[in-house]
Amino acid sequence: MERFIQVLVDGWATGSLYGALAVAVVLIYRATGIVNFAQGELAMFSTFIAWGLMQAGLPLGLAIAGTLGLSFLGGMLIERLVIRPVEGGEVLTLVIVTLGLYVLVNSLAGWIWGFGNRAFPSVFGDGSFHVAGAAVAVESVGIVAVLIALVLGLYAVFQRTKVGLAMRAVSFNPDSSRLVGISVGRTLMIGWGIAALVGALAGALIAPRLFLDVNFMGGVLIYSFAAATLGGFDSPFGAVLGGWIVGIAENLAGTYVDFIGSDLKILVPLAVILVVLLFRPTGLFGSPEVARA
Amino acid sequence: MTSKRLRLAAWGVVLVLAIVLPFFFNAYRVGQFTQAMALGIAVLGLNLLVGYSGQISLGHGAFFALGAYTSAIAIVDLDVPYLLALPLAGAVCAVAGFLLGLPALRLRGLYLALVTLGVAIATPQVIKRAEGLTGGTQGMTVDKVTAPAWSGLADDQWLYFVTLAVTALMFVLAAFLVRGRVGRALVAIRDNEIAARTMGVDLARFKTGTFAASAMYAGVGGALFTLPLGFLAPESFPLALSFAFLAAIVVGGLATIAGALFGALFIEFVPVYAADVDEALAGVIYGGVLILFMYLLPGGVMGLIRKIASMKPRPRGSDDAQAGAVRRLGDRAAGGGAARERVRSQ
Repeated sequence: MERFIQVLVDGWATGSLYGALAVAVVLIYRATGIVNFAQGELAMFSTFIAWGLMQAGLPLGLAIAGTLGLSFLGGMLIERLVIRPVEGGEVLTLVIVTLGLYVLVNSLAGWIWGFGNRAFPSVFGDGSFHVAGAAVAVESVGIVAVLIALVLGLYAVFQRTKVGLAMRAVSFNPDSSRLVGISVGRTLMIGWGIAALVGALAGALIAPRLFLDVNFMGGVLIYSFAAATLGGFDSPFGAVLGGWIVGIAENLAGTYVDFIGSDLKILVPLAVILVVLLFRPTGLFGSPEVARA
Repeated sequence: MTSKRLRLAAWGVVLVLAIVLPFFFNAYRVGQFTQAMALGIAVLGLNLLVGYSGQISLGHGAFFALGAYTSAIAIVDLDVPYLLALPLAGAVCAVAGFLLGLPALRLRGLYLALVTLGVAIATPQVIKRAEGLTGGTQGMTVDKVTAPAWSGLADDQWLYFVTLAVTALMFVLAAFLVRGRVGRALVAIRDNEIAARTMGVDLARFKTGTFAASAMYAGVGGALFTLPLGFLAPESFPLALSFAFLAAIVVGGLATIAGALFGALFIEFVPVYAADVDEALAGVIYGGVLILFMYLLPGGVMGLIRKIASMKPRPRGSDDAQAGAVRRLGDRAAGGGAARERVRSQ
């Protein structure tokens, strides 16, 4: 029973991390219809910046805060320079360009920081407390709390601010938005900036649980895609819930299904994606795609 | 000279160059050229799928690995001669491709990209887990191919010519496939599914069929790729390999046959030379090339060559699958116009 609770809480925390990156993916998909395959690598790059700031002597909290700011600017810059020229293009073009970004960012990080791995400290320390006999890490609870705060914050921005209203308008209908005086380009840049910021936050939370190296987000990305798919791809709440389900399912399967063990856990997100897309393509909370022939 | 004769002459020159090539380089280089041809087969297969039929796969490294392991297991454990192991690898991959093609029928664009990306990410893990068959992380050693005495060739040269023969066969097959009825049907599906169906194209048959054929090409390529090395391990088939294939078709030119050659040479030799500067440089080049080609040269190298070769005006509505693929990439309004023109030209 203790073990079960532990597995559950761990899965919940891991799932929150998948959810955080999935939220970043969903934000961009909602705004532009692009699935950003480079989202995980951008988060990896941000985490390395945080690590670099710490090496330069900044305390952890300040390094992460600085990284969030830099990531926001970086996301805006990438939208303007890399994505803008192909925005609204064919799916294949967009997939190729964001994959190009994936490979480029990954290799640039390897060039700058090398391919070795390093430890990254957790903001929540390594304490733990006991619930019903099971040891629960403070970190796990902290991660879940951060994610919930993040989603509530995003909700407030989207529903209660002018920028948020503009972002919803642009994703709903860019042409009409332009006609009522919204700067569509700037709004999209802000959207990418927010997504990069959310990704950076996810990276800084994930790095302590794995080791920080240039490929540490590669595996996480596919889990996040599974979370986003399960949540319906255009719902941030869905992405979070999807992340929790995927995280808990992965941990349960890894612990209790012998065949899967720790090596084949990677098949869990793949199975989730495939089953959701084949049987309920809109996921749990997605809006159906209506196409005019 | 007509453009058809010009094209045949160009292929003739390529073939002659390919035949004399192994007599001018050392065994190590010849091995690399052999690998480049093997990659070329896989790249061509991916181009059939992505360039011609418009279905995205980010997971062709998985079929490449499946083909490599199938042939290695057949050669090592079942004592199958390597020439028979090749069609065996192709057949196994064709079945696997057909099976992945079934769910792909219901998945479009992005979603298919997601699923195939998942397959590519999972591949090394699955290979490690199937230890009994694949040797797990230890990898497998395959005996090097030896040249028969009558040929008078060195082992590496013999393997080079075997690979060249298979490559030529696969390229000719693909060329016939895309120039005929099948190719027109695929391009029609890519440019406008509804119009294609109206014209009587059986979508399910052609889409799954392309997946199977494409996977077969990747499998044969994978089987040939491991022969000059004599060794394979899960790390030989990372996610980066699948991305390299995609980079190769973008560099060579979407929906072209000859582009696969340029693309394969690119992904075989760029890492070799880039590694002298920095381990990461090859990736930087791949990533940069993927993005820049999409902006500046969406037709790839072949698009550039054709543009130069056809400075004189071409008859309108000439049947050209690549022009459609390129126009589609540049077309922001879903390519409806391109599809209409294509239907009329047939």
